[in-house]
Amino acid sequence: MKIALFSTCLNDVMFPQAAQATVRLLERLGHTVAFPREQACCGQMHVNTGYYPEAMPMIRNYVSTFEPVLDGEWDIIVAPSASCTGAIRTQHAMVARTQGDEELATRAERVAAKTVDLPELLIDVLGQADVGAYFPHRVTYHTTCHSLRVTRVGDKPLQLLNHVDGMDFVPLPDADVCCGFGGTFSLKNADVSAAMMSDKMGNIKATGAEILVAGDYSCLMNIAGGLSRTRSGIRAMHLAEVLAGTRDEPWVAPATNTKVGA
Amino acid sequence: MNAKQEILNRIRAAGQIPAHDTARDYLCGTEASRSDIIADMVAALEDYTAIVTIVPPAGVGDAIDEMLSEAATVVVPPGLDESWRDAAGRHGRAVRIDDPPLSKADLDATDAVVTASRVGVSLSGTIILDGQPDQGRRAISLVPDTHVIVLDADDIKATVPEAVAIVEEHPLRPTTWIAGPSATSDIELVRVDGVHGPRNLRVIIVDQTLDR
Amino acid sequence: MLDKLKELGSSIGLNPADWSEQDIEEQKLGWYPGHPTPDDPLRWGRTFPEGARETLQNTQMRRNLGYATGKIRTKRNTRVEELPDWEELREAGSLIKRNTLAHLPELLETFEQKVTERGGIVHWARDAAEANEIAYSIIAAKGVDEVVKVKSMATQEINLNSYLEERGIEAWETDLAEMIVQLSHDMPSHIVVPAIHRNRSEVKAIFEARMEGRPRFATNEPRELAMAARAHLRKKFLSAKVAISGANLGVAETGTLAVYESEGNGRMCLTLPETLITVMGIEKIVPSYRDIEVFSQLLPRSATGERMNPYTSFWTGVTEGDGPQEFHLILLDNGRTNVMKDEVGREALKCIRCAACMNICPVYRVSGGHAYNSVYPGPIGAILTPQLLNATDRKDPATSLPFASTLCGACYDVCPVKINIPEILVHLRHTITEANRGGLPNAWDVAMKGTSSVMSSGKKMERAGNAMKAGRLAAGRDRKIGHIPLPVAKEWTGTRDVPAPPATSFRTWWNDEHEETK
Repeated sequence: MKIALFSTCLNDVMFPQAAQATVRLLERLGHTVAFPREQACCGQMHVNTGYYPEAMPMIRNYVSTFEPVLDGEWDIIVAPSASCTGAIRTQHAMVARTQGDEELATRAERVAAKTVDLPELLIDVLGQADVGAYFPHRVTYHTTCHSLRVTRVGDKPLQLLNHVDGMDFVPLPDADVCCGFGGTFSLKNADVSAAMMSDKMGNIKATGAEILVAGDYSCLMNIAGGLSRTRSGIRAMHLAEVLAGTRDEPWVAPATNTKVGA
Repeated sequence: MNAKQEILNRIRAAGQIPAHDTARDYLCGTEASRSDIIADMVAALEDYTAIVTIVPPAGVGDAIDEMLSEAATVVVPPGLDESWRDAAGRHGRAVRIDDPPLSKADLDATDAVVTASRVGVSLSGTIILDGQPDQGRRAISLVPDTHVIVLDADDIKATVPEAVAIVEEHPLRPTTWIAGPSATSDIELVRVDGVHGPRNLRVIIVDQTLDR
Repeated sequence: MLDKLKELGSSIGLNPADWSEQDIEEQKLGWYPGHPTPDDPLRWGRTFPEGARETLQNTQMRRNLGYATGKIRTKRNTRVEELPDWEELREAGSLIKRNTLAHLPELLETFEQKVTERGGIVHWARDAAEANEIAYSIIAAKGVDEVVKVKSMATQEINLNSYLEERGIEAWETDLAEMIVQLSHDMPSHIVVPAIHRNRSEVKAIFEARMEGRPRFATNEPRELAMAARAHLRKKFLSAKVAISGANLGVAETGTLAVYESEGNGRMCLTLPETLITVMGIEKIVPSYRDIEVFSQLLPRSATGERMNPYTSFWTGVTEGDGPQEFHLILLDNGRTNVMKDEVGREALKCIRCAACMNICPVYRVSGGHAYNSVYPGPIGAILTPQLLNATDRKDPATSLPFASTLCGACYDVCPVKINIPEILVHLRHTITEANRGGLPNAWDVAMKGTSSVMSSGKKMERAGNAMKAGRLAAGRDRKIGHIPLPVAKEWTGTRDVPAPPATSFRTWWNDEHEETK
């Protein structure tokens, strides 16, 4: 299968390991991955902060960059982020329409219909809950809000984790409760955000896990920032990183030595 | 411009709002058997801490007598079945017929009340009173501390829509839905029964088939 | 120096003298002092972040809220899961309320006609002042100096109790939680459980200090406290000549009104006094009697996690020989027609005030109702309050409310009438942003505009990625960035580290690894 990767801007500049692991995983499974170079940001932050006109160039850029998917250039578009996938699917056309660009809205809808989050690609499109991964660590999983309630990815990430060889999985209490990130919420309402993150960290620490996994580096950046500040000794990783490695070839993030939450 | 006109104008100024047909795809009935429905009703009522008994028609008097065992005074609506009223008066209990209407103070000084009922809902353990002569005005089933309700098993419906279809025949009657005794959960979400309404709810379900 | 500090403090909404007073008062009272009655119950004066800064410090309240919302959430989930047709009921509830808005003028006129036919007297109130005036004039004509009240958000919203008090009429709240709030000179912090921020010890202290007769309690058991409330209020119920209520719904085709409650205080007020005054928002209408079957399933399970609330009363005008023989209905606008104007935002008017959204909201759970600075807190308050007030100017504290959410979506999933709260929050953020264009840009305007161009171009992103590497220096040897005392950055790094930017961006790595795909 030919798969176009939307790395997302946050992964691109801050957490390349998520996108790298996605590439590694999909290539390992025998697929061809493309990275359309003009891609940038989905515009979610601008939309969610109320800046629709400012988000329009980003929406336009996403649509034009990934539109070749409609002509068969690629079979599908994958983003290792439910949050960005959700923004593309629920906001792009809405914003374009609000700004009076019906033509862009229609195009955006068609491209959005071809955009999936990583667990959706693996389970729904490729039908592969077992990706042959090996990850010998004690892990807990935070089901991010947008994967649960915007893209409705449901328990697909857990289906994938269930098949990971060597992993000791511990369920996270209140896994479905928001970590307090919320994009610019964490800046506009920093005190409330910190309180919510504190509750989340408490639950994570209670599991005794050594690694917190989630499908979105935005939430991970928030939680891991707190885990690091409190010297918790718990590290954060993207789901793709857990799925990328095998017993023969373990996953080591290339080209970066960034570790969050260490 | 008067307030009414101005408010209606403001609403109209908001422009045309699209209307939709209301899809009523929810459950309006059930396949459950009569005995299941009765059993569900009992379970739901008991879950609300109501005391429930099932009797044949001939057993209603004795059941009323038993349910009122701690009461010394009882108010009854003027249209209550005479044999039930007589049962309420056994063992020297004072029966006060609400005709002419008792004063608020008299009601407050009355221990219990016996009423019939219109319809029940087994799914939620709800009993509906609609103020007919065998149930009386709303105040009598509210102020005394114990409420004994007689409910015909054939009047128990499984779902809320089935019950609403019955009370809808007389929508103008003052109607009270009762689901367990008065309760509050206002302090730390701890349920406490009996704040202002009756603290005790006792239900006599009359099953016609038990006589056969 | 101290003056300078004070000046600085008040400029950012801090006044140490206030705290000292509150601390001293708390010691005296035995409970944290309540929130004083504001002039406008929809706009108490502070922004959400300012309000939350204070409530977050109240550790007792945080504990009480966490416990209570957790318990009510669990109950609600259990009761919703036992209904196989929950989604169908939600859909029906949503459509019924949409139809209400679509036909509101006709429905209101039919409703008025039916109530009048049955001996009721219908009044219309454009705003809070008009509603209060009407209610007061009815009460004054009866020559009484006290009335009993059933818990009602509509009367909270218009500050009716204060209005009456200023004119020598005492309004007794008879719902247990409302009574706790009233006795402690507090504001409600939740629309169904107004005293959810208090625990049993605080309630005991409040009752001992403020209830008539100054009762003493052997324990702080909820039963003992509730029984004291029963005894205290029974006298009021038996003597009151006038009662005031709200309404959960009004049926247009029959003129029937409904109050859903648990304690029986509602039945007492609706039945025993001679005169009943009901204040109802115009959006509470439903078209047909049959609609009761939908809301009687949605509301109790969503609000208190019960299959059915203990008591539900339906009445139509006046019934001879049963209940109040004089009935007044006040139909209240007070901003609701503002909300109707907004195609997206008007969905908020479907709300049936069940509070399921606040019980599930992680923001509400830590910050509590008072942080929202409105009688309508939580997610629904965040979309309803600013719309009722027509608040769009960023100087208006109510415009901070649509930003008081992480958009986690939990509120939408539990809403029994399917109000897409996250969507409306984003829409209102947009409305507020647009309304403030043209003036002096704030930091957000600058940041959003500035990043728009970079973040919509692959080439510019590549340059930005390379520039990020400079951050590695700031991170130093342990590869993380700690506290940065600069605006915006300090908000983030006050409680979190930031990892050092990577040695190469993904884009650069890809270029090196996959050059052939250029």
